[in-house]
Amino acid sequence: MRAGYYGDYGGRFVPEILHATFEELTGAFEAARVDPGFWAEYRAVMGEYSGRPTPLTYAGNLTRHLGGARIYVKREDLNHTGAHKANNVMGQGLLARRMGKSRVIAETGAGQHGVATATMAARFGFRCTIYMGEKDVQRQRPNVFWMEQLGAEVVPVQSGGRILKDAINEAFRDWVSHMEDTHYVLGTACGPHPFPAMVVWFQSIIGEEARLQILEREGRPPDRVYACVGGGSNALGIFSGFLDDPVELVGAEAGGRGLETGLHAARLASARGVPGVAQGYKTYFLQDPDGQMLETHSVAAGLDYIGVSPILADLYERGRVRFDAVTDDEVVEALSLTVRTEGLIPALESAHAFALAFREIPRFPEDAVVIINQSGRGDKDIFTVADALGDLKWRDFIRRKAEGYRA
Amino acid sequence: MLETLLRQRLEEKDLLVMAHLVAGYPSFPEGLRLIEAMVAAGVDMVEIQIPFSEPLADGPVIARANQKALERGATVGQCLDFAAEAAQAFDIPFLVMTYYNIPYRYGLEAFAEALRARGLKGAILPDLPVEEGSACFGALRRRGLSPIVLFSPLTSPERMRTLAGAADGFVYCVARKGVTGAVTCFDNGLAAYLTRCREATRLPLAVGFGLKDREDIGFLRGRAEIAVVGSELMRCMERGGPEDARRFLEELR
Ligand SMILES: Cc1ncc(COP(=O)(O)O)c(C=O)c1O
Repeated sequence: MRAGYYGDYGGRFVPEILHATFEELTGAFEAARVDPGFWAEYRAVMGEYSGRPTPLTYAGNLTRHLGGARIYVKREDLNHTGAHKANNVMGQGLLARRMGKSRVIAETGAGQHGVATATMAARFGFRCTIYMGEKDVQRQRPNVFWMEQLGAEVVPVQSGGRILKDAINEAFRDWVSHMEDTHYVLGTACGPHPFPAMVVWFQSIIGEEARLQILEREGRPPDRVYACVGGGSNALGIFSGFLDDPVELVGAEAGGRGLETGLHAARLASARGVPGVAQGYKTYFLQDPDGQMLETHSVAAGLDYIGVSPILADLYERGRVRFDAVTDDEVVEALSLTVRTEGLIPALESAHAFALAFREIPRFPEDAVVIINQSGRGDKDIFTVADALGDLKWRDFIRRKAEGYRA
Repeated sequence: MLETLLRQRLEEKDLLVMAHLVAGYPSFPEGLRLIEAMVAAGVDMVEIQIPFSEPLADGPVIARANQKALERGATVGQCLDFAAEAAQAFDIPFLVMTYYNIPYRYGLEAFAEALRARGLKGAILPDLPVEEGSACFGALRRRGLSPIVLFSPLTSPERMRTLAGAADGFVYCVARKGVTGAVTCFDNGLAAYLTRCREATRLPLAVGFGLKDREDIGFLRGRAEIAVVGSELMRCMERGGPEDARRFLEELR
C-alpha cells in the first residue's frame, strides 16, 4: 500500500510549493514516532498541563434511566481548554518546536481547536493566527474572545459558506506563503498525508487510556464505543484503542434538520457522500454530481464539515465502523437528559454520540457495556443551547446586557 | 501538439502571453467577449478555469470569481462547451485549468476525451502532483493532450528533473510562494530560479503568479517563453469590462 493511503483514501494532493514542507513534516513525524522519548515527553506534558489521564465515568443514572447497557463516559471534556482537541494540539506543538518553527496557524469550526491552538501557542511562545468562518465567528463568540485574549489573531473568513471548510482553505493559503517559519496545526484527522496519521497518533491516547480503564472496571472490553464524527479525530482517538478487540465501533454524524432535508453533514450515514479529492486528500465528500462541495448544516459547528477522515472512510468500507446520524433536535434532547440525570455537560458535538447511544441502548441486554466519548464540554454552546431550548431567563439576561452596553 | 504550436509561435515572437479567465464569470457571453478582446490584444494562449468550490491555490480575486460563477449556476458541462466555443472561434491554443476533483468526478478518461473532442490542448491541475497523477496524466497523453506540470521556487533541482520527466507542452513555473494575485518581486532570486528551471527541462517555460505590468514582462524576456497574466487581468476586466482588459494587455508589450 502506498504511504499515506488507507485503502483507496488519503494521499497528498497539494500544490507543488508545499511539497518540500510536507516532506519535512512527514520526516519529523516519522522520527518522533519511533523516538520513545518523544511520546514520553508528550505524555508528561499532557499529564502536567492538560490533566491526563482523563477519567472514565460510570453514568449510573443514565444506565438506570435507559434500562439497557452499563454506560461509561470517557471524559475528554476535562482536558485543559475543554476538549480532546488539546491532545492533538500539544502534540503538534512539540513537533513544531522540534522543527524550529516560530509561528502556528489553524482553522477552527466550533472554536475549540482554535482555543486549544492559541493556548498551546501561548505556552510554547509561537505567534498564532486562527482562521474561522465568519458564520462560526458569529455563533461561537465566547471562543473567539478567548483566542484573542490568548494573543492569537482571529481572521474571520468571508469566502464560500463561511464555515469550517472555508477556514481550512484560508489556512492553506496562508501556509503556502509562510511555510518556512509556520506550522499549520490541522485540527482533525483529515487533510494531506501525514496529517490523518499524525492526528490519530496523538488522539490515540484517548483509546489507550479508555481500554485500560474499562479493563480495570469491567474486566473486559466494552460491547460498543460511541463517538461523534466531524473530521473524525476524537472518534479515531478512542476507536484506535479497540480496533483489535471484538468491539462494535459506532460513529455519530450530524443529521442536522434531517437527512431528507439535505441540511446535514452526514457524509457516510446519509449515503450521499461520494469519493472525491478536495482540501488535499481523497475521501467521501458531500458534493454535487459535478464535484462541487455542498453546503452542510449542523447545530454543532464542529461537525459541520464536508469531508471525513480517510481512515474512517476505509474503516467504513471494510465494515469495521458503523455510522448513523442524529438530528439537531435529538441532540438537544440528549444534551438536556445528560445534564439533568448525570450533571455532565457535553458539547453539542459530543451530544451527537450520546443521542445515538440513547437511541440504541434500550435494546441492549443489561449486562452489556458501552463507552461514550465525551469529546468536549458544553460551556461554549451556551448561546446555541439557550436558543434551542428557548430559555426565556437567558434571553432576558442577554437583552439587559445589550442594553447596558448601549447606554 | 501543444509544444509544436508554441515553438511555431516563438519563431515570430520571443515572449508569448497566456491569459487566464474563469468560465462563467462574470457570465458565459461576457467571457467570450473577454476572450475576443484578449485575442485582439495579441494573447497567444488562454487557460480557461473551470470553477471549483474549494480553489485552494487561488488568491482572493480568482477565488471570488470561482464562487460567483458557481453561484450563477455554471456547470462543468457548460464550462466545457464554453471552452469549445472559444477554441472554435479563435485560432490559438486553449487549455483548461481546474482542480483535480472536477476531472475525478467527471471520470478521468471521459474528461480527457471531452477536452480532445472540444479542441482543447491540455490541462493545468495545480492540486494534482505527479505522484498522484499517473492515471489522469496518462488519459490526457493518450489523446495527444498536454498535462501541464508546475515548478515552484522551492522545488529542488533533482525534483525538477523528475517532474520534467512527466511534463508536456510547457512547464508552468510558479513565480513565488503563495497564492495567485499577490505581488511578486522580479529580482535576482527569480532569475536564478528560472535558470534552475531551464536546466531541468527543454520545454518552454511559462511564468505566472503576480505579473502586472510591462516591466515584469520585460524581465522575463530571454528568461522564459510564456508570461501568464491572471489576477491583474481580472481586476481590469472587473473595473472596465473587456475594453479595459484589452488596453491592459496591449500596454504589456
Ligand atoms: C468538542 C468537539 N467534539 C468533536 C468535534 C469534531 O471533530 P472530530 O470529529 O475531529 O473529533 C469538535 C470539533 O470542533 C469538537 O469541538
